Amino acid sequence: MFQVLCIFIPLLAALFMPFFFKKVNSIHTGWFVLVVPIFLVIYYATFVPTISKGDAVISQLDWIPSLGISFVSYLDGLSLLFSLLISGIGALVVLYSIYYLDRTREQLHNFYIYLLMFMCAMLGVVQSDNMMTLYLFWELTSISSFLLIGYWNNRDKSRFGALKSTMITVAGGMMMLGGFVLLSIMGDTFSIRELIAQAPELATSDLFIVALVLILLGAFTKSAQFPFYIWLPDAMEAPTPVSAYLHSATMVKAGIYLVARFTPIFAQSEIWIWLVTGTGLLTLFWGSFFALKQWDLKGILAFSTVSQLGLIMSLLGVGAIAYHVEGAQETVFKYAAFAAIFHLINHATFKGSLFMIAGIVDHETGTRDIRKLGGLMSIMPVSFTVALIGSFSMAGLPPFNGFLSKEMFLTAMLSITEFDLFNFSTWGILFPIIAWIASVFTFIYSFYFVFKTFTGKGKVEELPHKPHEAPVGMLVSPVILGALVIILFFIPNVIADTFIKPAVMAIQPFLYSSPEQVAIDVSAWHGHFTPELMMTIGIIALGLVLFLTLSKWQKVYRLFPSKLTLNNLYDFIIYELCDKWIGRFSALYMTGSIRRYLSYMLGSISIIVIATLFMQNAFKVTFDGASPIRAYQIILIIVLVIGTIATVFAKSRITSIVALGLVGYTVSLFFVMFNAPDLALTQLVIETISVALFLLAFYHLPKYKKEEERTRFRFGRAFVSIAVGAMVTLVALSAHSQKLLPSISEYYKETVYSLAGGGNIVNVILVDYRGFDTLFEIAVLSIAGIAIFGMIKLRLSRKGEKL
Amino acid sequence: MEIVMAFVCGFLFMAAIYLILSRSLLRIIIGTGLLSHGAHLLILTMGSFKGSAPPVLSDGVTDYVDPLPQALILTAIVISFGVTAFFLVLAYRAYHELRTDDMTLMKGSEENE
Repeated sequence: MFQVLCIFIPLLAALFMPFFFKKVNSIHTGWFVLVVPIFLVIYYATFVPTISKGDAVISQLDWIPSLGISFVSYLDGLSLLFSLLISGIGALVVLYSIYYLDRTREQLHNFYIYLLMFMCAMLGVVQSDNMMTLYLFWELTSISSFLLIGYWNNRDKSRFGALKSTMITVAGGMMMLGGFVLLSIMGDTFSIRELIAQAPELATSDLFIVALVLILLGAFTKSAQFPFYIWLPDAMEAPTPVSAYLHSATMVKAGIYLVARFTPIFAQSEIWIWLVTGTGLLTLFWGSFFALKQWDLKGILAFSTVSQLGLIMSLLGVGAIAYHVEGAQETVFKYAAFAAIFHLINHATFKGSLFMIAGIVDHETGTRDIRKLGGLMSIMPVSFTVALIGSFSMAGLPPFNGFLSKEMFLTAMLSITEFDLFNFSTWGILFPIIAWIASVFTFIYSFYFVFKTFTGKGKVEELPHKPHEAPVGMLVSPVILGALVIILFFIPNVIADTFIKPAVMAIQPFLYSSPEQVAIDVSAWHGHFTPELMMTIGIIALGLVLFLTLSKWQKVYRLFPSKLTLNNLYDFIIYELCDKWIGRFSALYMTGSIRRYLSYMLGSISIIVIATLFMQNAFKVTFDGASPIRAYQIILIIVLVIGTIATVFAKSRITSIVALGLVGYTVSLFFVMFNAPDLALTQLVIETISVALFLLAFYHLPKYKKEEERTRFRFGRAFVSIAVGAMVTLVALSAHSQKLLPSISEYYKETVYSLAGGGNIVNVILVDYRGFDTLFEIAVLSIAGIAIFGMIKLRLSRKGEKL
Repeated sequence: MEIVMAFVCGFLFMAAIYLILSRSLLRIIIGTGLLSHGAHLLILTMGSFKGSAPPVLSDGVTDYVDPLPQALILTAIVISFGVTAFFLVLAYRAYHELRTDDMTLMKGSEENE
């Protein structure tokens, strides 16, 4: 139970932040926040010995048991690794933010509430075993990310970036929910563990492919894969601690987590492997290529994050092939899953530190524009060292951890070519080539990032602030992360045994029964020149040449037309298609004219009714049982028709009022004719009063004006009225011809005297059998009277007038 | 007779809808008047014209017409009268305030939407 509640600790702590901010304002609120992630790191670290043996720990808290929805904290290798990343980097980011955000100028309580909300949501995402709560936490990450990106909400660009990221990630989240629902229909459970247990049966379902694509869309939007990466560069308007935490280390990896978690279910499918690997590689190349186009330090890092996420994604795709092969080839693909997890850890360390350095540079110089920066090496030596370590690791150089995972990445890509399933023998050769070119670009932008900022001549005097080294507190977090980059290079096997192997076991549960079976040894030097090493040497050589000649060929980026970008496509969809075009479309039929709306309604009702009548074969006319037609009835009908025509086509008001009176009196004569004395009486009186009322208002009523209308509408009007008339006639005819049951009136006729003691059956029905109707009819009349009185007597004043 | 009355009711509805779709407020109200006449006659017709005596007990008569539709119509007449009267005053007030009875002009402008 406590394990589940731990997910909510950050959310609980968030409740107290306004109190700390308002009441204890001499201490930076961040210090209070810091306690939470540190506690969580220690708490989750206690699970490490159990989990690294390959066991899983489960704790459950029922939420809606009748629907099978409960909060489940399921800690296995994969979730524990993510939980430690979230809480560990969370602690470092909070520490960094304490020095980054000013206590007196910023609304710190808001910032930390959002951050803690986010931490809770992320822990929930990675630990949930129930798909519904996974979705719940997933959307909470979107919401808290929205709030954090828009933290400086007085800036236009912050609001734009926040909106964009929310639009894209929430759209993906919705699709993912669809996939979850389909999965739960197929497997009849919300639990991911139970779904994994029945994975082979799921693959035979018709819904399988749809669920697969929908869940992948959710993962791709969250993890900024092509073409959904466009929100990530705009999310860089967030404060730098947020960028470092959300947009490099944790939230963008939620999609990676999702793909890894669902691999055991979907890896059966060829489509999964192609989509995940293909999209990942495309994103890797695209991100690394366009990173060099950026001027903004955080922009470069954003594109670099996109590209590195693509790398991890493609490795997960290759890792899924392990389900389809056996024997010697199998180990190669197990490598890929291992490399994915390893690079995920490495990326979190070096990208986190690089973002923090970018923030420091921004903080100390006042700009992030790489064209204005330069020559900061001697002024900010510590930042420079950390940036150098991070960049070299990102570029894949020894002795940093990026080198190891990059080698394994190249191994995995090379091994695809030796493999002849799913047409890999034909197209497989493309994979290592794309991977290699992307790595060259990664190398160039890593160098570009660090050397353009810290070396060169630089115009230090022209910078907005006079630069100096950051305060020690601000440097602690990046230095810790930088140190980890080097430490991980030297002790990869310790990390592998404790964290990576259990995580790989979670991704490929059918292949292993204990982490020891993941027989992979990471080493920097394999003792001989492997093809991967040769490729790395090629990357370094070509990368160096291209970096040194960067100014000569950077014009290439200007060749890409600025109009044909995905950002413009997004803007087009949101602002042109949704706002303008749909607005125009609505304006076509929502003209504001009530006559038009009435025509739509009446026209469609009559068409639907008439069509149904004939399609269901419900129309029928019989002359049986109809009462005979008499001559005086025909005369009355002719009078009624003449009166009606006169009402419709009268030129003056008085004619049409009198004609309406004529129709009313004829109707009362009909009542006389059809044996309804009470009706005739009432109709006569009411018609008299109505005509009197019309005449009373006559003086005030507007004069008839000649109706000048476009012919088009007159035809429409005639059509609608004829359609309604036809509908009424047809319905009346077929209703009359098909009476299914006798009337209940026999009862009234028999009991009117014995039960109610009256002779006039209609009146007895009105006041005795169905007296309730009459009561409310009286109410209607009273309300009408009061409303008329109110409308005549009461006037609301216009502006400035007295009542 | 019921067959003929079905056509009469349809005709009344047609005329009523034609008036309701016009531009002038007064015509619309007259249209609703016609519409309620049509509806009342329709209810009566649907109850069928069987029976030869009005539904008032008298000695030696057993062939009464169906009293239930008549009770329903009586209620409907009163309600439609109340509504028509209200509409009439509403039209009067609208004309008084807006100085127009043209439905195409009573659309509301951009600022008071």
